[in-house]
Amino acid sequence: MDLATAIILTVVTASTPLLLAALGELVVERSGVLNLGVEGMMVMGAACGFAAAFTTGSPSVGILAAMAAGMAMAALFAGLVLGLVANQVACGLALTILGLGLSGLIGQGFVGQKLEPMAKIAIPLLSGIPVLGPVLFRQDPFVYTSFALVGFAAWFLSATRAGLILRAIGDNHASAHALGHDVLMVRFLAVLFGGACAGLAGGYLSLVYTPFWVTGMSAGRGWIALALVVFASWRPGRVLFGAYFFGAMSIGQLHLQALRGVLPDFLVLPGQFWSALPYAATIVVLVAISRARGRGGAAPAMLGTVFAPDR
Amino acid sequence: MAEAVDRQSEQGAPGRALLPVVAAAGLVKRFGLLTANDRIDLRVDPGEIHALLGENGAGKSTLVKMLYGLLQPDSGTIQWRGEPVVIDGPAAARRLGIGMVFQHFSLFDSLTVAENVALALDGGESRAALARRLAKVSADYGLALEPDRYVHTLSVGERQRIEIVRCLLQDPRLLILDEPTAVLTPQEADQLFRTLGRLAREGRAILYITHRLDEVRRFCHRATILRHGKVVGVCDPRHETPATLARMMIGADVGSVHDRRADVAAGPVRLAVRDLTSAREDRHGVALRGVSFDVRGGEILAIAGVAGNGQAELFAHISGERASDRNDMVAISGLDAGDKGIGERRKLGAAFVPEERLGHAAAPRLSLSDNAILTGHGISRLMSGWRIDRAAALAVVDAVTQGFDVRKGRRDPEAASLSGGNLQKFVVGREILRDPALLVVSQPTWGVDAGAAAIIRQALVDLARRGSAVLMISQDLDEIFQIADRIAVIHDGRISACHPIAEMSSERLGLLMGGAEQVDAGAR
Amino acid sequence: MLRIVLERRAEPSLVMSILSPLLAVCLTLAASAVLFLALGKDPLKAMHAYFVAPLIDPWSLQELIVKATPLVMIGVGLSFCYLSNNWNIGAEGQYVMGGIFGGWAALLFHQSGSPLGVPAVMAMGAAGGMLLALVPAVLKVRLGTNEILTSLMLVYIAELLLDYLVRGPWRDPRALNFPQSVTFDVGIPILVEGSRIHVGAALAVVAAIGGFLVLRGTLKGFEVRVLGQAPRAAAFAGFSPARTTLLVFALSGALAGLAGALEVVGTMNQLRPTISPGYGFAAIIVAFLGRLNPIGVIVAGLLLALSYLGGENAQIMMKIPLNATRVLQGLLLFFVLACDLLILYRIRIRPWSRAGQG
Repeated sequence: MDLATAIILTVVTASTPLLLAALGELVVERSGVLNLGVEGMMVMGAACGFAAAFTTGSPSVGILAAMAAGMAMAALFAGLVLGLVANQVACGLALTILGLGLSGLIGQGFVGQKLEPMAKIAIPLLSGIPVLGPVLFRQDPFVYTSFALVGFAAWFLSATRAGLILRAIGDNHASAHALGHDVLMVRFLAVLFGGACAGLAGGYLSLVYTPFWVTGMSAGRGWIALALVVFASWRPGRVLFGAYFFGAMSIGQLHLQALRGVLPDFLVLPGQFWSALPYAATIVVLVAISRARGRGGAAPAMLGTVFAPDR
Repeated sequence: MAEAVDRQSEQGAPGRALLPVVAAAGLVKRFGLLTANDRIDLRVDPGEIHALLGENGAGKSTLVKMLYGLLQPDSGTIQWRGEPVVIDGPAAARRLGIGMVFQHFSLFDSLTVAENVALALDGGESRAALARRLAKVSADYGLALEPDRYVHTLSVGERQRIEIVRCLLQDPRLLILDEPTAVLTPQEADQLFRTLGRLAREGRAILYITHRLDEVRRFCHRATILRHGKVVGVCDPRHETPATLARMMIGADVGSVHDRRADVAAGPVRLAVRDLTSAREDRHGVALRGVSFDVRGGEILAIAGVAGNGQAELFAHISGERASDRNDMVAISGLDAGDKGIGERRKLGAAFVPEERLGHAAAPRLSLSDNAILTGHGISRLMSGWRIDRAAALAVVDAVTQGFDVRKGRRDPEAASLSGGNLQKFVVGREILRDPALLVVSQPTWGVDAGAAAIIRQALVDLARRGSAVLMISQDLDEIFQIADRIAVIHDGRISACHPIAEMSSERLGLLMGGAEQVDAGAR
Repeated sequence: MLRIVLERRAEPSLVMSILSPLLAVCLTLAASAVLFLALGKDPLKAMHAYFVAPLIDPWSLQELIVKATPLVMIGVGLSFCYLSNNWNIGAEGQYVMGGIFGGWAALLFHQSGSPLGVPAVMAMGAAGGMLLALVPAVLKVRLGTNEILTSLMLVYIAELLLDYLVRGPWRDPRALNFPQSVTFDVGIPILVEGSRIHVGAALAVVAAIGGFLVLRGTLKGFEVRVLGQAPRAAAFAGFSPARTTLLVFALSGALAGLAGALEVVGTMNQLRPTISPGYGFAAIIVAFLGRLNPIGVIVAGLLLALSYLGGENAQIMMKIPLNATRVLQGLLLFFVLACDLLILYRIRIRPWSRAGQG
């Protein structure tokens, strides 16, 4: 395997958790709910996934536990914002604070432990193609899942009746209610789906990416996933592009740091500056998007608003 | 045109021997302490156009929401074609054969016409099959629709057509329409009546909610009248006069507005709008195109028009909530004010009452005294240095309460806790008590009870008589004919010439509202 | 069968607006008992270590005030932001930036003995926090960029900047390669002799009372409240949302920055890679628990400070991990938000009707 392939492979690894989490949040936001707790759900997925996989020795159990943890957090959030009409921004923050603390408790017994990285599944023939083969067709199940999920989300939103109802609820929940669609139930399911995706993304971090548990290992990826949804103008295909753009950048900065001796002097910056790059880039991207689109634009009209029907 | 409708509906009159389509008995619905519906009985027969008549807040919407499954009655029964039923949601209502056209359309702006239609059906039908049925129904009833257009690009009339076609696709036995003509021109309304007449002749029942007496008398076969949540009468409206219907609806004769014509000679120009032009602000907006008119002291100028033709934009430019391209596009009391903010325009003697009471004219969760500060902080003596003078603000609340008969539970409650009529009296009174040289008011009595409407209209007339200029943007033609001195019509961001009210017939007004500008050119 | 029904109140309940935070605290206490049990600790002993022990020891009581100082200061600023619907969640970064700028001033005045050192540290700290806070504010006002994400991203950037400075240019060469600056000698005035309570505690109270008076009695405070509740009504009143957004961000940034500078120069006496146990995020809880009322923020700040102290205490005495504190803080915010429902709604228990809908 040559260096280029190796670099591309690490880009895939860095992009996959962003892609998974952002896709989940995209579906949530299309239904009109803003869940800022992606970071919290993700880190819980990482902790629970690792704990389950390490205890049982089965990575599959780990994956399921990661998704279940994300969904449990999402259900808590849904109970508050849908059931108790609480403020979505504040509840999302609460979810993140809680998730960071709770994951620390759950994971503390596993600090310093290491898992066998998950086996990669090579697709016969296709994986033999030079460069592209190992990148696209010799991957762990998460990567395949993330690609499948992009297609699924795009198909679900544009071509299915359930997707149409979900978009309608995100556009105008009062009308959807008047037509007899169950606004709260659809949103609840969407939030759960978002939780499962964020949990899966977290599980990827602790089961494949590292693979060990560190407190707070999501390191802001949940927030970047939120930014990616804005960046993608709420379209699944563009999330794929955005996630890989960010993944490439975060890997790129690592390699640039490693190239210290080779680079011209002005590029020799302290490591912290390179580490700050993805966060700075997120801001730049958000600014560029808001400049290009003006206020509001493609966002679901009901995003972040509460729905409380007469009873 | 009107006669034709009458004749058709005459033919469609129901025979009494038929089993009623829907019969409700003893329906009760409470919201907290308020009994919105109190033992309501209602019977609608096949082939009948049945009016549900009542003031805002009489309980009409609550009643039909129960029939459509959006609300559950606390007690009482509903029979559907002789069988007792529980309608536990709109889907159940649709399965029975009930269709509903909402007052505030239940449409989705970011979706296409076809998607909007599909959302109201129960699914299981292919897109192609649905498209075919959609084309057939719209052709059959002459309700043209383009399935692939996005709803946010459509006019109000077109949007209503989607709602109706959407119901017809379900082949309903009962069609409920909630104040459907509120947003239509008289001509568009006539078109609607013809469609409804035809539906009735096909044997469908129509339940028609309105507070417009003249429509009811023209083409409804029967009317059930609600007041304060109770049925106060069932009658054949064709045998009633507007006065008798109004008495049943309101409970007493409403005082008329006195001294409507100002005797004072036309005063100085208080508001001059010159070639006001603006771009569309967003996809829902309307561009203003060369709007010009004057309002003088002592007169009420009404701007009529169907909603969404630029009224909101015009109000925002005159109030200063939106800045104008050129300074001289708006002049208040002779001073160019196009670049001034709303606070500075108030200092020039202007006062404003926007259409939306809650959220625009008043902050819902703030007290009335806070809401007095909202528009009075720059001009009235509500500040002492840096401090807000709470006592002065309370005094304003008391004065408005007294002068405009604002009914409320406490001295200084939250704005949102007042009824629509009382809050409207407050936001109008708050401005009028300052004796502004210019008052710009949008939909002054929209959705308020007749008593409050009379008080507000009288106050506007009195203000003009004292020499102030009043600009009234209104959709309510009765109101305009009652109190305006001159009238202009806004359509698609353009404005007609101003005409003395005596020279304007309602037919010509209807043509102008529909955008027939050549008529106006002739008048000039 | 019974079902729970939410019924909107005609007017918000005054009683509930005071009771709901208390109820949230009680629920958090109950949840903490469950949590300690789950961790295999005696809940009563653990709760004693957490919530009682720090209150009966005079040293702890001083520490309570030391820890509450930054929380209250930041919480007051955030109340202004959240009241006006500006979601500044980057107070942690603004606090760090204030620490950096304050530390910078302390380095400039190091061994100068100048009386200007103290005001310089405070002014620089406030300026640092304000500058960082104005980034999301300007982007929001000018370009419509969502302030939630931008303000948060700046937290990571500020932390990395601090990390760079204390490992690089500002590292004390005599610190045996430890990443820390020299020990400052500016000397922030101490309020209580022999304690670590510095002038910041008084400033926090002044900020809270000042904030309360501004919100209650001035047009600017009125503007902040109207803007958050009814933006269109605010525009109708002639208030500028852009100006208010810039103002509240500047204010909250300055207060967070001041808190950071005083913590670094007055309490820690040097810069280290980590200068906050999450004060900027805990202050979000403080703001909500105090019902966005600056006086309530004082009480809430003391409570959150207690949770930090109790957490440290419980770790030492009972080996309860520090993360338990974060869990309790997160739960507390959840309970506060949930209990707020009681202010606007009444909970009724009704017999189950046939309807699934509505």
